[in-house]
Amino acid sequence: MAAVTRVNGPLVEVDRLGGAAMYDLVRIGGLPGEIVALRGERATVQMYEYTGGLRPGLEVEATGAPLSAPLGPHLLGGVFDGLLRPLDRAPAWLDPRSRPGAGPGAWRFTPLVAAGRPVAPGTPVGSVAAAGRVPYLVLAPGGVVGDVRPEGEYPATATVATVGGTAVTMTRRWPVRRALPCRERLAEPVPLVTGQRVLDLLLPVRRGGAAAVPGGFGTGKTVLLQQIARWCDADVVVYVGCGERGNELADVLAGLAGITDPRTGGRLADRTVVVANTSNMPMMAREASVYTGMTVAEHFRDMGYDVVLIADSTSRWAEARREFAARAGEPPAEEGHPADLASAIAAFYERAGRVTTLGGRTGSVTVLGAVSPPGGDLTEPVTAHTERFVRTLWTLDRDLAYARHYPAVSVEASFSRDGGALSAWHDREGRPGWAAAGARVAALLAEAGRLAGTAELVGASALPDRERVVLLGGRLLREGLLRQSALSPADAYCSPGRTLALAGTVLAAIDDCLALAATGVPAEDIESRDFTAVLRAKETG
Amino acid sequence: MIELEYTDVAELRGPLAVVRGVAGVGWDEFAVIRLPGGGTRHGLVLEVDRDLALVQVLEGTAGLAPGRIGVTFSGAPFRVPVGPGWLGRVCDGLGDPLDGGPPVFGTATAPAGGLPLNPAWRLPPADPIITGVSVIDALTTLVRGQKIAIFAAPGLPHLDLAAQIAAQAHAAGEPFGVVFAAMGLTHADASGVRDALEARTAAGELVLLLNLAGDPVIERVLTPRIALTVAEHLAFGLGRHVLVVLADMTGYCEALREVSAARSEVPARRAYPGYLYSDLASIYERCGRVRGRPGSVTLLPVLTMPGGDITHPVPDLTGYITEGQIVLSSEISVYPPVDPLASLSRLMRGGVGAGRTRPEHADLAAQLIAALARAARARELAEFVGADALGPADRRHLDLADAFARDLVAQRRDESRSLEETFTRAWRVLSVLPRADLAMLGAAALDAHHRPAAPEPGPQEPDGIGTGHREPR
Ligand SMILES: Nc1ncnc2c1ncn2[C@@H]1O[C@H](COP(=O)(O)OP(=O)(O)OP(=O)(O)O)[C@@H](O)[C@H]1O
Ligand SMILES: [Mg+2]
Repeated sequence: MAAVTRVNGPLVEVDRLGGAAMYDLVRIGGLPGEIVALRGERATVQMYEYTGGLRPGLEVEATGAPLSAPLGPHLLGGVFDGLLRPLDRAPAWLDPRSRPGAGPGAWRFTPLVAAGRPVAPGTPVGSVAAAGRVPYLVLAPGGVVGDVRPEGEYPATATVATVGGTAVTMTRRWPVRRALPCRERLAEPVPLVTGQRVLDLLLPVRRGGAAAVPGGFGTGKTVLLQQIARWCDADVVVYVGCGERGNELADVLAGLAGITDPRTGGRLADRTVVVANTSNMPMMAREASVYTGMTVAEHFRDMGYDVVLIADSTSRWAEARREFAARAGEPPAEEGHPADLASAIAAFYERAGRVTTLGGRTGSVTVLGAVSPPGGDLTEPVTAHTERFVRTLWTLDRDLAYARHYPAVSVEASFSRDGGALSAWHDREGRPGWAAAGARVAALLAEAGRLAGTAELVGASALPDRERVVLLGGRLLREGLLRQSALSPADAYCSPGRTLALAGTVLAAIDDCLALAATGVPAEDIESRDFTAVLRAKETG
Repeated sequence: MIELEYTDVAELRGPLAVVRGVAGVGWDEFAVIRLPGGGTRHGLVLEVDRDLALVQVLEGTAGLAPGRIGVTFSGAPFRVPVGPGWLGRVCDGLGDPLDGGPPVFGTATAPAGGLPLNPAWRLPPADPIITGVSVIDALTTLVRGQKIAIFAAPGLPHLDLAAQIAAQAHAAGEPFGVVFAAMGLTHADASGVRDALEARTAAGELVLLLNLAGDPVIERVLTPRIALTVAEHLAFGLGRHVLVVLADMTGYCEALREVSAARSEVPARRAYPGYLYSDLASIYERCGRVRGRPGSVTLLPVLTMPGGDITHPVPDLTGYITEGQIVLSSEISVYPPVDPLASLSRLMRGGVGAGRTRPEHADLAAQLIAALARAARARELAEFVGADALGPADRRHLDLADAFARDLVAQRRDESRSLEETFTRAWRVLSVLPRADLAMLGAAALDAHHRPAAPEPGPQEPDGIGTGHREPR
């Protein structure tokens, strides 16, 4: 009989475990755990609950199946832990031994196909009225539709159709560490509109792309990602609170509940799935939570939706892996992280993508991950490797945050490898001038940045008038265009149209100033002009 | 159940004891160690491997001899008696009385590690705790259910400030209590804290847990957890708003580092264990408000930044967990030396405003910070070009910074200011600037409170960027 031999926090070693496979789920003393190493009949298990009281000799129950997530219509609008167990129906204090699973519930099913028709894998056989305005689609394996139930209310686990001899239910399970398959990846770049000017104009992210947000504590990672969760033009948002604060989750939930989705008119909460594994919840569930969140995102992608997966913070995930590796006695590589750190980060971001689904629809998973570098040191391994695998990097700067310049994105220290292609998309799709405005803003900021360095050495008054006006232009761009407070009701979200208009307003003001300087007006006089209207334009809409 | 006593101690190393031949001992169990002379020590199980149990001895292993001690395991994690009986007591770091009174008996017991609070049950922190310290109440208001840290370079009066807050804080008439846990304090510091808190202890509103620099180091692993277990019950069981002060968390982290080193664990930054973040979070996250329950737990960890370095792992990881920080700086020459620009209460918006403090509070704080940031830039500039070369706007802002330090920040260590007085002073400071410089404040607030001393100067001088206006020459 398989039994525990050693317990060291979340690490449990087990002996005489025959026939088990890597990543199989086991139960020890009623608590869930996952096999993460196998040597003959000896296994190392990472436990997903507090292991107090677990002792050598306890019996181990193998489930014979990997850790998998129940995917169903109950997800939208819900709050779940790292194993996707519902939190909104759990008690106020989480006792590891009394955790309700996902209750099946009953949902209204409407068939979309007729019996007797052959369908491709991934074809919706029916739709379900879930929490919000986003219809939940029940996807089928390929084959001939044998039977499909008429419209009506069914338990989530009841068979609503048989396709190719397989029973189809509204809820399915999928092993979280395996990507859901798709037909092909699409290369054509299409922007995800975040509603944050500095990102959309200068550092855009594509649908199906990956962006990372590194920044020391308090630089604004969470606020920025929460703003994107609220305002971006995705159909579904999966928000993974990974090893961060409980009060922030409370804020996300309270915030989303009160906001109407500008695109569908429904509640924003209903297009959102929250996976909450706060830092006081069991550590290894933090490790699993990014994968469960990703699986949920892919599940909605397969229905043909644009999904955004937010992980705050991926550093806590990496640290949970490091902690476990240390307990398991793995040889440490960079700063104590296990040697597979880089490949684990790469594999995670690789699951982002814009694809043609098996059923022939277009869907995407865009991944946005916060990175919390120790000591704000951007050369530490998690940040350094993440930078290699994302196409967009939004680096937050402590000095900007101290000066309360939010979002504290350092344009110089950030990049978007899709900037050119995505600007061209805006130009083509009805916003001519977007690429030119973005390029002009970027060029002016870069020039002003260089001049600021010189000005610090020699004093601004020693610069030629034109250069002083460029410095002024840099300030106008930062204050009037890039700065955007999450707390301002009028400015928390900015549509692309308004972003372009604002950029035009500020650039026009700068051009006026440059023209004056060219005609010989002293820089001092230009600097003392009244720019209130330019600076307030963003607040007045 | 018969308690088995194990006497086969295979190894003693640093704070650790390895007990051999155990059966049925679970991870994280509480253990009692019997000494030959009749005394006892206490321990926690860090690991069990077949018949070996690794125990961390809270009072240390000094004087223990294998073969002459007996270890019994309780079959359960360490539990703390909870109840109102704690209020008014002074105890050591493990909760044993130091005040000559009887042991604290609770109405129940609770595990010291606590259970994780379900995030779906949390209510966002709201409503202020008034500390009576002007600069904090005005600019970094404590919000009920929040955790906010005090960071100080060595040699600064962070303990004085923590004790002052613990002595003065209140929740505007709602039931309130304080749990103050001291870890690794020197005798002199501890007696200062005791004196400052004496009246409140006598009034039965405060619990003081004292682990001193000379006390067993490993005991500190439990001190904050005992404090929080007591506080959670006072808050969520008995409906009080409880402020928990943990001073100094650097002392706590040193205990953790000592255990980790004794276990030869792979160290992370500065030899602190890799799990320091998770461990600190398991303490700091134990604050909040809970749906359907009246009380709240607000957490104020206090720590020294070794070498004044905010990127040191202890302040760094603390900053990654807390919802803001109050930074004390040696550059500020008044008490309390709070650096307003480095300090931030992230949840302040939920705690201030009409019906809570004052309607203009959030705007006032933002305006003061913006003006002080401007003053800081002006001061840097002055170092380059000399103060004489500054424009009038910059000079006005330097005056504001002076008024701020003098009229708002500077305060006696035993002086508790009402919110009323704090706002009167804050407006006096802002009145150094003309109305045109105060664009973040609404007209109604300005009409009611802005009282410039001198008549407004004539045409406004240029403001660098912004609202200044002058005809081109
Ligand atoms: N876009 C913004 N608009 C207004 N205020 C902001 C913005 N971004 C950040 N802030 C301010 O900065 C504070 C800290 O931001 P945030 O919580 O996002 O930091 P963080 O980078 O996630 O820090 P940590 O790593 O500690 O979690 C916020 O509470 C808020 O006061
Ligand atoms: Mg954050």
